[in-house]
Amino acid sequence: MSLLETRGLSKSFSGLRAVHEVDFALPEGEVRALIGPNGAGKTTFVGMLCGRIEPSSGTVRFSGADVSHLPAHRRIRAGMAYTFQITSIFAKLSCRENVALAVRRRHGPQSDVIEALARVGLDDRADQLAGDLSYGHQRLLEIAMGLAQKPRLLILDEPTQGLSDGEIDAFCTLIRELKAETTILLIEHNMAVVMQTADRITVLNFGEILAEGAPDEIRANRAVQAAYLGTEDA
Amino acid sequence: MTETGKAIALHAGLVVLLFVLQWVLPAYHHGNLARVMVLATYAMGYNLLFGYTGLLSLGHAMFFAAGMYGMALTVKHLGWAPAPALVAGIGAGLLLSLAVGALALRTAGVAFMIVTLMFAQAVFLTILYFGEWTNADDGLVLQRAERMMWGLDLSNDATRYVAAWVLFTVCLGLSLWLVRSSFGKVLIAIRENEPRAQMLGYDTFRHKLAAVTASGTMSAAAGAGYGLLFGYAGASFAGVQYSILPLLWVLLGGAGTIVGPFIGALFTFYLIDIASGFTSAYMAVVGGVLIALTLFARQGIGGELRRRVWRWLP
Ligand SMILES: Nc1ncnc2c1ncn2[C@@H]1O[C@H](COP(=O)(O)OP(=O)(O)O)[C@@H](O)[C@H]1O
Ligand SMILES: [Mg+2]
Repeated sequence: MSLLETRGLSKSFSGLRAVHEVDFALPEGEVRALIGPNGAGKTTFVGMLCGRIEPSSGTVRFSGADVSHLPAHRRIRAGMAYTFQITSIFAKLSCRENVALAVRRRHGPQSDVIEALARVGLDDRADQLAGDLSYGHQRLLEIAMGLAQKPRLLILDEPTQGLSDGEIDAFCTLIRELKAETTILLIEHNMAVVMQTADRITVLNFGEILAEGAPDEIRANRAVQAAYLGTEDA
Repeated sequence: MTETGKAIALHAGLVVLLFVLQWVLPAYHHGNLARVMVLATYAMGYNLLFGYTGLLSLGHAMFFAAGMYGMALTVKHLGWAPAPALVAGIGAGLLLSLAVGALALRTAGVAFMIVTLMFAQAVFLTILYFGEWTNADDGLVLQRAERMMWGLDLSNDATRYVAAWVLFTVCLGLSLWLVRSSFGKVLIAIRENEPRAQMLGYDTFRHKLAAVTASGTMSAAAGAGYGLLFGYAGASFAGVQYSILPLLWVLLGGAGTIVGPFIGALFTFYLIDIASGFTSAYMAVVGGVLIALTLFARQGIGGELRRRVWRWLP
């Protein structure tokens, strides 16, 4: 059964069709990459999944229930976690407190805080202010806040943007580990990361699904190459 | 010592110092400090919303006045004793802040400021409108006999000081407990980044509503205490000036610190006291100091202490 499903999900911004009639299904336990050129509607699409953005029309089902009308915090409580494309952390709080806020909501033990920080390699910076971290480390903190929620569905919006090569490798390893624990929807520009981590890929273009399939199929798909891969060195 | 230990020691030290000062201070300053402790309680209530939750209200005088009139009206018209009247005042503030919060929190930012200002203005006009009961501009004077609480005469200077100290201490303790609780941590998270707090699964509306209510109720407790201790409830306490004052105290003393409101209220009180000895344009002096502090100590006195000396200051 699908953990997440959308039907006819659409969003227009004053006439601009950012996402149009998307039917999407994500089975439990899968790592799905969502790719597409800039402005394809990826961020808008996942924003509607987790309740940050109100759809113009369409429905979202999560774990068998229609969550289309639930506010964001209720969907998070139901087991979604979302990491922002534009880093959104509590800059004036320590890394520890940032993650603790994620853990406390689900009444998890304090040991989960350090565990989540350790998984992204920030445990030695637990007491630094989040705002003092480098950009790449802030991205990692953002991921740690997602992990700390122990979600059933983890939505990552361009998590590797601004990470070093070493950090990207560590990130890929982390995703492979997480596969056993949670379902992942990963928006990613770095095709090497996509090819290494994703079970399946969905390609979005001009707000519509252009193609969907295993990494090899997508790589071979001409329409995708024309729309997207042609402009990237995959 | 742990940071928790240090925080408790510092605040306990302040409270003990204030208690001991009653035997040390000359009469004039003794009376001033009693008043400052009550006003600081009002500022602590304001600080819960402004300093810790990041919501700027321009109408807190309505909560101060709700406490003051909730107390005075029950004393005057129902003949209640001070203790139940105090509870009535606090209850009035609780209900009013719950209702105002539920409506005003549909807005944010500047709109929230305007809406709270408007509600406070409505409360002010209501007090004047029902002059038959509130005695409108002249206000209600509480006689000595009406201020006997459990056999203690609240119009007596020494008793009044201790009563003000109890009110201040209880509210300081409550504030400290609240901001260090997991509820308080969420308020701080909302102040720092509300969309993020929401995307961690927190119902930010409910938290903000609880913050408005806690803040309004503490402000009402201060208002009820003020009326009882100084024997007077007047419409001027519901005016715009009394909405601006706690903002001023909290800004000067350090928003989002527990000692800030007290420091700010004390500092402002003596600044006005001293400046008015030299010039009738004493508010210009206060304005100048405020500008200087916002330029050179942007986080207020308490905020600078936290930044430079005690990073752990809650
Ligand atoms: N809040 C908004 N208001 C108006 N237009 C928006 C808004 N958010 C996104 N858009 C537009 O919608 C389209 C899709 O954007 P987005 O979902 O961010 O794409 P992606 O994440 O794939 O780069 C873009 O054309 C973008 O300019
Ligand atoms: Mg995007």
